[in-house]
Amino acid sequence: MLAQRQAEAAGADWREFVIEALIRVLGFSTIGFVLLIFLFLLREGVPSFYKVPLSNLFGISWYPTFGLFGTLPLLLGSVLVTVTAILIAMPLGIATAVFVREVAPNWAREILKPMIEVLAGIPSVVLGFFGMHVVAPLIRETLGTPTGLTVFTGGLLLAYMALPTIISVAEDALDATPKSYKDAGLAMGATQWQTIWRVVVPAARSGITTAVMLGMGRAIGETMAVMMVTGNAARMPLSLDSLFKPARTMTATIAAEMGEVAQGSIHYHALFGIGIILFILTFLINVAAAATIFKKQRRGGLR
Amino acid sequence: MVDPKIHIEKVSYAYGENWVLRDVTLDIAPNSVTVFFGPSGGGKTSLLRLVNRLNDLVEGTQMKGRILLDGQDIYSSDTHVPSLRRRVGMVFALPLPLPGTVRENVLYGLKLAGIKDRSRLDEVLERSLAQSALWDEVKDRLDHLASALSGGQQQRLCIARSLALEPEALLLDEPTSGLDPISTRKVEDSLFALKQQYTIIIVPHSIQQAARIADQAAFFLMGELVEYASGTELFTHPRDKRTEDYVTGRFG
Amino acid sequence: MSRYWVQRLGFALLGLIALAVVAPILVVIGTIVVEGMGAISWEFITAMPFDGMKQGGIFPALVGTLLLTLGTALVAIPIGVGGTIYLAEYARDTWVTRCIRLAIVNLSGIPSIVYGLFGLGMFVLFLRMGTSILAGALTLGIMTLPVIIITAEEALRAVPTEFRTVSASLGGTRWQGIRYIILPQALPGIITGIILGLLRAAGETAPILFTVAAFFLPRLPQSPFDPTMALPYHLYVISTQVPGMPLQIQHGTALVLLALVLSMNLVATIIRSYFRRRRQW
Repeated sequence: MLAQRQAEAAGADWREFVIEALIRVLGFSTIGFVLLIFLFLLREGVPSFYKVPLSNLFGISWYPTFGLFGTLPLLLGSVLVTVTAILIAMPLGIATAVFVREVAPNWAREILKPMIEVLAGIPSVVLGFFGMHVVAPLIRETLGTPTGLTVFTGGLLLAYMALPTIISVAEDALDATPKSYKDAGLAMGATQWQTIWRVVVPAARSGITTAVMLGMGRAIGETMAVMMVTGNAARMPLSLDSLFKPARTMTATIAAEMGEVAQGSIHYHALFGIGIILFILTFLINVAAAATIFKKQRRGGLR
Repeated sequence: MVDPKIHIEKVSYAYGENWVLRDVTLDIAPNSVTVFFGPSGGGKTSLLRLVNRLNDLVEGTQMKGRILLDGQDIYSSDTHVPSLRRRVGMVFALPLPLPGTVRENVLYGLKLAGIKDRSRLDEVLERSLAQSALWDEVKDRLDHLASALSGGQQQRLCIARSLALEPEALLLDEPTSGLDPISTRKVEDSLFALKQQYTIIIVPHSIQQAARIADQAAFFLMGELVEYASGTELFTHPRDKRTEDYVTGRFG
Repeated sequence: MSRYWVQRLGFALLGLIALAVVAPILVVIGTIVVEGMGAISWEFITAMPFDGMKQGGIFPALVGTLLLTLGTALVAIPIGVGGTIYLAEYARDTWVTRCIRLAIVNLSGIPSIVYGLFGLGMFVLFLRMGTSILAGALTLGIMTLPVIIITAEEALRAVPTEFRTVSASLGGTRWQGIRYIILPQALPGIITGIILGLLRAAGETAPILFTVAAFFLPRLPQSPFDPTMALPYHLYVISTQVPGMPLQIQHGTALVLLALVLSMNLVATIIRSYFRRRRQW
């Protein structure tokens, strides 16, 4: 009996070893993919750095047909749209997260949470479609701008796309504050409202910051919706009224022009170069967000 | 003592830098009930988990010394740990039924060992449940969920689950701590019957329980084995003052 | 003003803001349903398009999206679930593991258009797959990996540790414990995560722009190496590049895409709540 079991055990051991090795490989594959992506971006994008003089690349005019590859208007376009989006989404998101976690009655919560999940699931092309046909004309009519395809329209749409991320991460942060904090606040005679804004939210500060950062990363990387509503004019958005004029983001540029370029041309490499910038930007934002989470976990206690 | 079933020699054990066992040496006789008792933090549970190498699952620990099962070092590099754990079963402090039916719970260990013969499985199922005094209560409910049983029944189910593998030794860590007195009594009674076949080491959850069931008793204090003698001796005429203080309730 | 009045007003304000967040969702869905309903017919869904897309149906786009989603599943599920099992059950807390987690956070943050560039560079050009379903599925698959890994890991970690201990004490190896107890118990959560990841992949346009998508391809793809139409790309083109495209058809296409995505969302939600109620722990 014992000998039979030992023999079976040996066979099973060998299978176990193979399965574990396979799983280990799959686990490490994620690092492989990140490196692969970065590598390919570099491979196709770096040529632009030595085929195009730097003064051109960082210039203020993006007219590929004339050999001008100034990425500044695109960069600023992305930044402006993203900042607009975050300025709208941050208060909306935090307020909604607080409402859902701390204030809403159960029946309201049961409706709100699925709806936010629905929002997260709506494809960006569908939102862009809606923005194009409904939101842009609305903005044009109410604000009297020559066209409804503006930075502001894009920012508004992006805000809604970033909201589910911001709300869910902020909710987690609020959820993680120890109940004792709330109890202490209430025990000292504060109202629930005061406790929320003076005790709970400040305690969840770093989690909320992470939420906003992740939302920002989402916004910068968004392509279709912005492409359909920001008008795609690669101009330098320098003055404040640029908010209500068209602009172009880095993502939209790649999407709009890649289909037309010849492989291996300078334009082609330049578009990959923009991809590198995007990769690095979102990498930095997400690493910063993750670092905040890790640091909190290491300290223990609050998330 | 005849050849000890389990020989523990100069065992020390630490979590990180915190030594919870210091230089413990004792022999466990076959077919007996040995009791590890003492105040909490004494290292009793840690020692128990060393005997079936369940502490392998915990990272960051250090161990010194040897533990022999039937004269063979269980920490040698060619020990097959899953087989060891089939020879030395364990029952935990809280009833931990696995998800699934009563039948699935009892036969899980056999499934892991690759035993499929249906008639044999049915036979083992009945025998193990009878040995843990549960058969009459669940024989009509074998295909019901284990989570539907009462706490006491679940714990006896866990005992049956370990017995199904026909181990040589059975380790029980405060098995009745979550149970009412009637269930406790049933479990203790089944232990009396079981020791005919198995070597049992148990961490009791009270001194009274220890006194009731021990053939041999070991008193642990802060990781040190203070005294080890037969049950009657240790509880009526303890030789070490610390043992006497604990047994008479001067500290605890 | 008394503190309690401040509180009442404050709560009301928060509620209004939450409403402002949620109401537009209904408006979006409502508008598309109302404007697009008229275009929906059996013919619309099952017929091939003609007259430059202005007439006929969207069948090839629908088929394309379904094929791409299937392909994404084939790529992302094995790698994703396997990787997650490694992270949750086998990995120790070393710097390598932290690198893997960093990689996953990274992958989840990469813009979808950058995935498109990667897909173009690696699959379409370097590996010479051409604009094909294969290239698109691989691209979408890698993009969906982090979503699956993150939800699956949560599902695995939610299973009580005690089960692993019990399995080990009965002579089970680590893999046996995973295979017979942990994985089956975590399965509903994992499946929910997979469905949510797939519905995102189904709705994505940017990654398929240069890797798969064809605009007017009035025949179904014959092999994984063929390009194909796809719903999101189709919607994009007919609403921005085709002059004179009937508005109703545009809304109808949007409606079909929305219906597909929302029904997957619904399935995931139902699975999640059904199994949560039946949990034995």
